Amino acid sequence: MSKTARALLWTALGAGFAVIYFPLLVVLLNSVNSDTTFGWPPKSFTLEWWGRAVTNEGALHALWTSVEAGLAATAIALVLGTMAAFALQRYRFFGRNSISLLIVLPIALPGIVTGIALNNAFRTILGIDLGLLTAIIAHSTFCIVVVFNNVVARLRRMGGNLEEASMDLGADGVTTFRLVTFPMLRSALLAGGLLAFALSFDEIIVTTFTLGTGLETLPIWIYDNLFRPNQAPVVNVVAAVLIVVSTVPVYFAQRLSGGDSASGGRI
Amino acid sequence: MTAVSPPSRRASAFFFRKPRLRLTILLSAPLLWLGLAYLGALAALFITAFWSTDVFTGQVVTDWSFDNFVTLFSDSVYRTITLRTVGIAALVTVVDAVIAFPMAFAMAKLASPRAQRILVIAVMTPLWASYLVKAYAWRTLLSGNGAINWLLDPFGLSGPGYGVAATVITLSYLWLPYMILPIYAGLERLPDSLVDASGDLGAKSFRTFRSVILPLTFPAIVAGSIFTFSLSLGDYIAVKIVGGTSQMLGNVVYDNIGAANNLPFAATVATVPVVIMLVYLAVVRRTGALDNL
Repeated sequence: MSKTARALLWTALGAGFAVIYFPLLVVLLNSVNSDTTFGWPPKSFTLEWWGRAVTNEGALHALWTSVEAGLAATAIALVLGTMAAFALQRYRFFGRNSISLLIVLPIALPGIVTGIALNNAFRTILGIDLGLLTAIIAHSTFCIVVVFNNVVARLRRMGGNLEEASMDLGADGVTTFRLVTFPMLRSALLAGGLLAFALSFDEIIVTTFTLGTGLETLPIWIYDNLFRPNQAPVVNVVAAVLIVVSTVPVYFAQRLSGGDSASGGRI
Repeated sequence: MTAVSPPSRRASAFFFRKPRLRLTILLSAPLLWLGLAYLGALAALFITAFWSTDVFTGQVVTDWSFDNFVTLFSDSVYRTITLRTVGIAALVTVVDAVIAFPMAFAMAKLASPRAQRILVIAVMTPLWASYLVKAYAWRTLLSGNGAINWLLDPFGLSGPGYGVAATVITLSYLWLPYMILPIYAGLERLPDSLVDASGDLGAKSFRTFRSVILPLTFPAIVAGSIFTFSLSLGDYIAVKIVGGTSQMLGNVVYDNIGAANNLPFAATVATVPVVIMLVYLAVVRRTGALDNL
């Protein structure tokens, strides 16, 4: 490759990353911008908004709802995603491709379709009132694929030799799973779980349609306060916190998955 | 000597001899959940699209008719919104592909293995930073006294403000990692020897790109496009945040569920992105893109 081509590609990469990170930097800066209209460039700085945000009851309450929904959805997705991963990775059967498509479908179709389909099913078909439970069911549906992808990648890499050896040495199925299979899967499950939680935590469209009235997850709280001028500073702080905190699951998931799945399993 | 094996061993042996049974048990719960709950809900949505709402009570009336579809296709407002939505989604996909390809290429072919790991994490991190925070960031960037106008001002230019252009910029920004990562994975699998061979046979950089690199990474680009296209098709929040007065299909669905309380018509509108996506998935199936997901 020519020197010019190389230089151009590196420039494109640098420029791309600049565009990716600049808006996030602006949010971080605005959280300490003393000017409430957030004109650019910021002129003076303050920590006042941070003080107000950490005592904001609406935000804290929404945070707790998000955590509850995220943990429950992650737990369900871990069980269902792992079962599906074992079935599709270890067996060859009729309809296998259709099932793998079915697992991807909840994230391949636009979120609004998943949201309104479940909204319609709960309200009109089943006659259930929307609440936290309905949101958890909805979140689990699109989190399954994240766990599934992580576990499939690990199963593909580890093969079945060690399990066969364990069985040959006299261990039964349960013992083999407990002492051989599970320890090898553990980090993939943790990575998948972390990413499923992050996905649930960030989801807004499906949540809007499946969470009961009077309840708020953190994204919905942000959205509700986005257009209220006097809440803007607090929203900025919450946004800044989310940017910083979101790096944690990605970092750990990347380490735990051992590069099994470059994208962290959402793709 | 015959030893009586414990129950757990007998059960284990029983299941070991019956792989079909093991498979059935493994598949039962995920299939019940996704097949019955999710596909069932999608099917019910499609059925609801043929119903209507009682004008006085606001209750759903289960009379079958094509009225909603007739409205959707004959009313020029909805036709404009549908075309605008598909246009925006296609434009976002092209913009992302054009930006992502050189970035992914530099990552996969120029960076050292150690740098590659760091760069992948650097692409992924903003993927998980809140969707709303990123859309909101663009709202402040594009505002009258925001950073974009500040940057362009010395050149005598001004930013696009809020509108369709802002929506395309914001959506392209939001979904860019979904394009970079599959293309990166595709380029990583592309053997260097093929690129070298093309050069040895006298091809210039552009010819190698057009005849060797692009055809081999096309499925990866398509895989990325599934996400950028689908996520744009269904979006209504970015539009509300930076889109000004222009609407997308998602807004029509949202407004019909909330303010208008017309679930059947919302369902009708929602079938449009589903049909478009299913057609798109069926077309790209041949490229092998689905194996790259």
